[in-house]
Amino acid sequence: MSLRSRLPKLLAGAAIIMTPALVGGDPLPALFRLPEEASTYAPRIDHLFHLIAWITGVIFVLVEGALVIFVVRFRARNRKEAAYLPGNNRLELIWTAVPLLILAFLAILSQKSWAYIKEQFPVQGVRVDILAEQFDWNIRYPGPDGKFDTPDDILTVNQMHIPVGVPVIVRLHSKDVIHSFFLPEFRIKQDVVPGLTTHLWFEARRTGHFEIACTQFCGLGHYRMRGYLTVETPRQFQAWLAQTAAQETRKAAP
Amino acid sequence: MSHTDTAGTPRARGHSSLPARIFSRDHKVIAKQYLGLSLFMLTAGGCLAMLMRWQLAFPERPLHWMAHIAPGGMPGGVMVPEFYNSLFTMHGTIMIFFAIMPLLIGAFGNFLVPLQIGARDMSFPTLNMLSFWTAALAAVVILSSFLATGGAPQSGWTSYVPLSVIAPPGQNLWLGALLLSGVSSVLGAINFIATVINRRAPGMRFFRMPLTTWAMFIDSILILFAIPVLSAALILLLCDRLLHTNFFLPAGEIISGEAMKNAGGGQPLLWQHLFWFFGHPEVYILILPAMGMVSDIISCFARKPIFGYRAMVYALWAIAGLGFIVWGHHMFQSGMNPYLGTAFMISTMVIAVPSGVKVFNWLATLWRGRIELSAAMLNALGFIAMFVIGGISGIFLAATPVDIYLHDTYFVVAHIHYVLFGGSLFGVFAGLYFWYPKMFGRQMSERLGKIHFWLTFVFFNGVMFPMHLLGLKGMPRRIYDYTQYSFLKGLQPLNIFMTVCAWALGLAQFILIFNFFRSMRKGHRAGNNPWHATSLEWQTSSPPPKENFAAVPVVCRGAYEYSLPGMEADFLPQNAASPPGSSSS
Repeated sequence: MSLRSRLPKLLAGAAIIMTPALVGGDPLPALFRLPEEASTYAPRIDHLFHLIAWITGVIFVLVEGALVIFVVRFRARNRKEAAYLPGNNRLELIWTAVPLLILAFLAILSQKSWAYIKEQFPVQGVRVDILAEQFDWNIRYPGPDGKFDTPDDILTVNQMHIPVGVPVIVRLHSKDVIHSFFLPEFRIKQDVVPGLTTHLWFEARRTGHFEIACTQFCGLGHYRMRGYLTVETPRQFQAWLAQTAAQETRKAAP
Repeated sequence: MSHTDTAGTPRARGHSSLPARIFSRDHKVIAKQYLGLSLFMLTAGGCLAMLMRWQLAFPERPLHWMAHIAPGGMPGGVMVPEFYNSLFTMHGTIMIFFAIMPLLIGAFGNFLVPLQIGARDMSFPTLNMLSFWTAALAAVVILSSFLATGGAPQSGWTSYVPLSVIAPPGQNLWLGALLLSGVSSVLGAINFIATVINRRAPGMRFFRMPLTTWAMFIDSILILFAIPVLSAALILLLCDRLLHTNFFLPAGEIISGEAMKNAGGGQPLLWQHLFWFFGHPEVYILILPAMGMVSDIISCFARKPIFGYRAMVYALWAIAGLGFIVWGHHMFQSGMNPYLGTAFMISTMVIAVPSGVKVFNWLATLWRGRIELSAAMLNALGFIAMFVIGGISGIFLAATPVDIYLHDTYFVVAHIHYVLFGGSLFGVFAGLYFWYPKMFGRQMSERLGKIHFWLTFVFFNGVMFPMHLLGLKGMPRRIYDYTQYSFLKGLQPLNIFMTVCAWALGLAQFILIFNFFRSMRKGHRAGNNPWHATSLEWQTSSPPPKENFAAVPVVCRGAYEYSLPGMEADFLPQNAASPPGSSSS
């Protein structure tokens, strides 16, 4: 069969494709790559993503390969008659158990990161309160007294600033409909539900400018419910807070 | 294929009056009515998708001729956000409730179940007729919503509250249409369950039923348990909208700067729990019948028994059962307790197992077969190939941490389309090419069928595969103009490519439409059993007479006796007397 003669070629092709991965380079063209990893746990999520991609990638190649090979190999024009094979219990057992084990492995890995991100909140950090509304993010800092909903709170709209290297703990609630707070480079997303307070945390790895997107469809202006995140050094952040607070006081006392 | 012409094929149509024919109680006529209705809705839903793709490729670029068709939604040909929101809402709603579901269950289920079990009709023919007309009424209601003040429904096919509570009146029509469609589905489900339990021909034990019938039977049980939950949620939402009951609205709602007077005491996540308790079984409702049909087709064109018949049945049951405990994976990021997320992650991982079992059994069925690549078979193979991708992308989404990133991005849109188009719709196409001769007595053109398959297959992947990549880049779904975001601007060329593929995909369907109508008059006469298949529907004339069988068949064996060793013919019908010297059970 020609398949056997083609096998070395196929293997060689696969080796060429995989070489960059084996020597450590990024094998994927830009289109297939995830955005940069700007939060401390982004690499954890991406690692899991790539692991699943590898495992399912191999399964994909095996299954689709078998499909194509079987169809070519067992086409009617090449065959006098079909075999009579109604089933095989041992095979059923194998292809039930093996995927189950792989999935159990993935479930355990998932749970570790899930618990880290969603359940193990840092105790210390910068606290931010976000009130979502159609179609803005109202961002509130507790001010010098460290407490929300007091007169010294610092308020901004769609402009979020945070310090680099410090955990940020965000409290989210909504005025009207459900929104979702999404920072793609930080791999964080959390729905914001009216009548419910949700929380998230993250820690930035580098300074820079990023966009906040709303990912839960929230109506007419959903597509332009965009915020901006500025990650800066703790010193710059404190300066920005002070400046914003001063501006607010000036506005409040004309 | 040979054409053993059956002289004097009795034709179903005859002497009945026009109203009697329109309000027919014959399951085959009702099946064709469902087929016509749902293919029409499929076309409508497809057109909506193509319009959506235009906006995604060329945001706010005018499409001048559309200004005449939808002056409100596209004034001067430029799409407004409300209209875009209506497009994706109506596309999802129409495809799920008015195209795929009635195609699989209404058309194929109705046509095949009585024939495959050797029954003369469904248990409740009048109820069957009522199911169809309720579905037709629902379709009229959902289409009429385009004329509602404020436009067609625009809260997404999931209609999350509170957005759907404050939405314009078109939402009421959406609720009404889904309630009607739910009534229709439940009536149909009761009928299928009763029929399969009570009307099997002598000798048709449960474990001799073809997998198509098994799938329709299990599907009906899913419908019976899932749809009433949706209906309850729809009624609550309708009450919230019309009677200000606040089942879903919490206190302190402020909409566009105005406090809602009556709000309070409600819980928005309640809607999501109710909706997805229905919504996830629904996904399986939309795929199980296709799995059943593909099993029958693969076995027939590989000329081999389906591998692991019992395992296939158990896998269907497993999917159906597990399907009811995975709904929370739609809500990982909803604010639901993260411990609950863990539970749903585990159940979701587990449900991949029976789906995998099915794929492996299909592959094993192909192995050492004698495969004929007919149009039906190509589509069935396409189903497997695409369903595998849909299943794999599901694992990414099931992994809770990865879902944090991918949730509500185009990755999810890719996933659903690989399952519902790559899966269900290729299954429908396969079924159409396979059973058309039984339905209409003539065969569709194989040549056109193959061209249609390859074009559909290529362009489907052209539009749907890049959606994974958009998701990888973080592009949210349901977004009117993604170029607002600088991190998404660079995705426009890819979106243009996808849109070109989407329009080509739409155009390719004209081949199917042409083939479908032309073959009714010009197709080769099919004969009783053009594919040399074993199940009972092939052991009567094409199309079958009014009560399906001249004499009720007596079933001697399972539905997959292909290539039995030591036999001249490579298939043994379920009702054929045993060949001398063999004792098959």
